Amino acid sequence: MNKKSTRILAYPYLVWMAGFTVIPLLMICYYGLTDRTGAFTLDNILAVASTEHMKALWLSLSLSLISTLICLLISYPLALILRQHHIGKSSFVVFIFILPMWMNFLLRTMAWQTLLEKNGVINSLLSVLRLPPLAIINTPAAIILGMVYNFLPFMVLPIYNVLAKIDDNVMNAARDLGADNVTTLTKILLPLSIPGIISGITMVFVPALTTFVISNLLGGSKILLIGNVIEQEFTRGSNWNLGAGLSMVLMVFILISMTLIAKYDKNGEGTAF
Amino acid sequence: MNQPLIDLVNISKSFDGELILDDLNLSVKENSFVTLLGPSGCGKTTTLRIIGGFVSPDQGRVIFGGEDITRMPPNKRQLNTVFQKYALFTHMNIAENIAFGLKIKGKSKDYIRDKIKYALKLVNLDGFENRSVDSLSGGQQQRIAIARAIVNEPRLLLLDEPLGALDLKLRQDMQYELIRLKNELGITFIYVTHDQEEALTMSDTIVVMNQGYIQQMGTPEQIYNEPENAFVADFIGESNIVDGIMLRDELVEIFGARFACVDKGFGQRTPVDVVIRPEDIDLVKPDDGTLTGVVTHLIFKGVHYEMEVTTDGGFEWLVHSTDMFPVGQEVGIHVDPFDIQIMNKPASEDEEAVGVNE
Repeated sequence: MNKKSTRILAYPYLVWMAGFTVIPLLMICYYGLTDRTGAFTLDNILAVASTEHMKALWLSLSLSLISTLICLLISYPLALILRQHHIGKSSFVVFIFILPMWMNFLLRTMAWQTLLEKNGVINSLLSVLRLPPLAIINTPAAIILGMVYNFLPFMVLPIYNVLAKIDDNVMNAARDLGADNVTTLTKILLPLSIPGIISGITMVFVPALTTFVISNLLGGSKILLIGNVIEQEFTRGSNWNLGAGLSMVLMVFILISMTLIAKYDKNGEGTAF
Repeated sequence: MNQPLIDLVNISKSFDGELILDDLNLSVKENSFVTLLGPSGCGKTTTLRIIGGFVSPDQGRVIFGGEDITRMPPNKRQLNTVFQKYALFTHMNIAENIAFGLKIKGKSKDYIRDKIKYALKLVNLDGFENRSVDSLSGGQQQRIAIARAIVNEPRLLLLDEPLGALDLKLRQDMQYELIRLKNELGITFIYVTHDQEEALTMSDTIVVMNQGYIQQMGTPEQIYNEPENAFVADFIGESNIVDGIMLRDELVEIFGARFACVDKGFGQRTPVDVVIRPEDIDLVKPDDGTLTGVVTHLIFKGVHYEMEVTTDGGFEWLVHSTDMFPVGQEVGIHVDPFDIQIMNKPASEDEEAVGVNE
């Protein structure tokens, strides 16, 4: 195919990107940097400094960080096991992990709500077994649970992808040169899988940071994450300018994680999707 | 010097119910260059992996320097491996790659630095300490893989088709390099390859394997000149393998013609396989030949001409000669007695795989 015709084929994508990525982004920036009358202002961005917003942002950051960490701690050993036993992508185990992703995200989170409720499935079971009830619904713990459950595959897959590409003989070479299993893991496997880890961290951290559905359903109305604040400004408060301004602040954090990806994942090895 | 360094005793191994090695016995002497040669799936790589400790045998023992190491993990064995496709650590630079084994052994910084320098000099890559793995060509990466192995001063170096990924010219250079390294270091080499030329060039001893059995073990000359069965003859170099009848000692009948040979002890009127190398066939005037035929194919190969001569029975003889005979010319075939190799016919297909020496 010659250069000219490939270029023509690219136009629809350019139109798509302009229409659905660039223009919305510019609109967010416009709303974020103006007030209701359309005059330029930085108030919407500086509003993040208010106690209420700082609290929401801080809670969002800490909950998503904790969730990301838990996802990583669960995913790495799992990815290692999948690799070690050459349980490929076609395998049943990987299928089980991806299966929940085929169900609607909202539905899955609502299911957790039903499970965790005061008189929900888990507590009914616990009372039958005469065990104390689990009171984590409407707490940060429930939100973390929801985040870990929903975003776990996004951590497992990039790490597994990177690990699966490591030649068996590279590990054999380490063993051959005298390394025991622990040294092989810390000196060879971990360093080689950093691109996947970074990729996974970003893919979990970014959606966790911006989510409002999980906190709405599992955190009740009392726990406000920054995502909830933004959502409310757009829907209930109908202050689009403030919502857009806060979104821009959040984008800074996302930009940071994207920079991290670009730095560590030069070859795009960790991308799972 | 002539103590056996490694002994494989009655080794058997199956993968997924498929028998890869069957009751294999192999003894390798200290300071020798032994090549395991065979087609893919013959069990040569599995044998190497059993010695390296990456595969444990279902049955049998591995004796290394008099000690049973069958169950010893690879990191405890006093040997090192050069892997297929090098298996370098891409997240480390060259110096770190070479230092890996030494650091684990807790050697001092000065010692490690000197060793790296020495090893790089040995493989002709001085000054490459701070280069990244990705910046090296295939041949250079292979040298680093060798350097990384030999700095640990192993008693035995295992090489798993280390030159397979290199182009022809580089492969030949590396063959000479390996022979030089072997002589300078005085380490025992066990080398795995499917390339018969590589095996003939480098080895003291060649072990020809097929279907999990050792077919023949011997010096390159023995393997080439006196193949013990049709498989070895066919696998090592090119050869004409024809049916013959051993009339009596030192006389064999091929396609109705009688050839003098040097083999004895086959009995009288015994059907045998006769192996004649293409370069051992002399094309002469029709009247002077033992058999007559017509040249049906001619290719110029540089060093020699490759010809096909079809004799009366329709058999096509492969002939290498520096003399050219045009297609269609009638020629006589003459073979010197000592160039005729007589082998017993295998009684069954199984025996063909086992070979006559088992």
